[in-house]
Amino acid sequence: MSRPGRDDSPDRLYTLTQGRSRSAPDAPFDLVTLVVAESGPTPGMQSELAAILRMCELPTAVVEIAAELRLPVSITRILLSDLLDAGRISARHPRAAAGHSLPDPDILEQVLVGLRNL
Amino acid sequence: MDSAISDATAERRDAALSATADNGLKIVVVGGFGVGKTTLVRSVSEIRPLNTEETMTQAGRGIDETGGLDGLRAKTSTTVAFDFGRITLDAHNVLYLFGAPGQERFWFLWDRLFSGTLGAVVLVDPRRIEDSWYAIDRLEHHGTPFIVARNDFGGSAHTAAQLREALDLDPGVPLVDCDARSRESSKNVLIALVEHLKTLYAAQETAK
Ligand SMILES: Nc1nc2c(ncn2[C@@H]2O[C@H](COP(=O)(O)OP(=O)(O)OP(=O)(O)O)[C@@H](O)[C@H]2O)c(=O)[nH]1
Ligand SMILES: [Mg+2]
Repeated sequence: MSRPGRDDSPDRLYTLTQGRSRSAPDAPFDLVTLVVAESGPTPGMQSELAAILRMCELPTAVVEIAAELRLPVSITRILLSDLLDAGRISARHPRAAAGHSLPDPDILEQVLVGLRNL
Repeated sequence: MDSAISDATAERRDAALSATADNGLKIVVVGGFGVGKTTLVRSVSEIRPLNTEETMTQAGRGIDETGGLDGLRAKTSTTVAFDFGRITLDAHNVLYLFGAPGQERFWFLWDRLFSGTLGAVVLVDPRRIEDSWYAIDRLEHHGTPFIVARNDFGGSAHTAAQLREALDLDPGVPLVDCDARSRESSKNVLIALVEHLKTLYAAQETAK
């Protein structure tokens, strides 16, 4: 099942990632890691990569990039790893506690203030 | 007239975050079909809720771990879709709200998608309480803090105590009422969750 207009056939995904299967950067891309372009697209660049660079002139979350490109999150992560390795993007990873521990009270307070101001 | 594409581009530019944004946070709204997840996200989101998806294999592993093409060709991959919205909290913090279906296959992806989540809201339609049993089970299993929000569809005869009983809710888990169509009500649900997290944190500190 797939939304109309979405083409996520294995062949397309394979082409996009050039068959590479693994993205294992030191700090993996979280759904809400904010990505910022460090340079603009170059001529002849793979269109998805160019689209990411244009989209990320200002910070943009991984999940927003995936939605915009209409690609699964895991494929988007592979493309982002490439751009990161090439120095074309930087990644602002979430500060919130990893795993199952609770976030610290400072963050919680900031979230509360933000929500109350809505 | 602008083309649809430039409209979309313009919309995205309007929706852009500030250059100082550097900390993404997550809250997940989970519940059965048609319980109001998307409605709640839309009520508080500053962007029109977007939809995306993740692919997984039957073993619960992703295509990034199964040898790429081989993994895809094995036809064991399943797709789960979820929607999300966004709330800019301040110059640094951006909260993403995820509307996640509670169905079984979704939970294989929970750790990959939602590790590090602040917490979850379980939306309950009081006419179909049993739809939320599984989600509550899984959240307890994953150790994800959550609250329960009873969505007001009218005509519920249950008292809060009866609902707690039917859900077998731990006394420490808050149960709040909500109308997902209302921004104020949805906002209060999120506030109730974060207040609950503060309480849990304080209890954890005292226990140390
Ligand atoms: N009366 C009432 N109706 C609601 C409320 N919240 C949502 N609805 C309605 O219920 C229907 C389903 O809401 P959705 O937000 O699409 O539910 P969902 O959980 O995202 O549904 P799926 O993604 O299909 O599982 C819509 O017609 C909403 O307008 C509520 O608080 N009260
Ligand atoms: Mg929905």
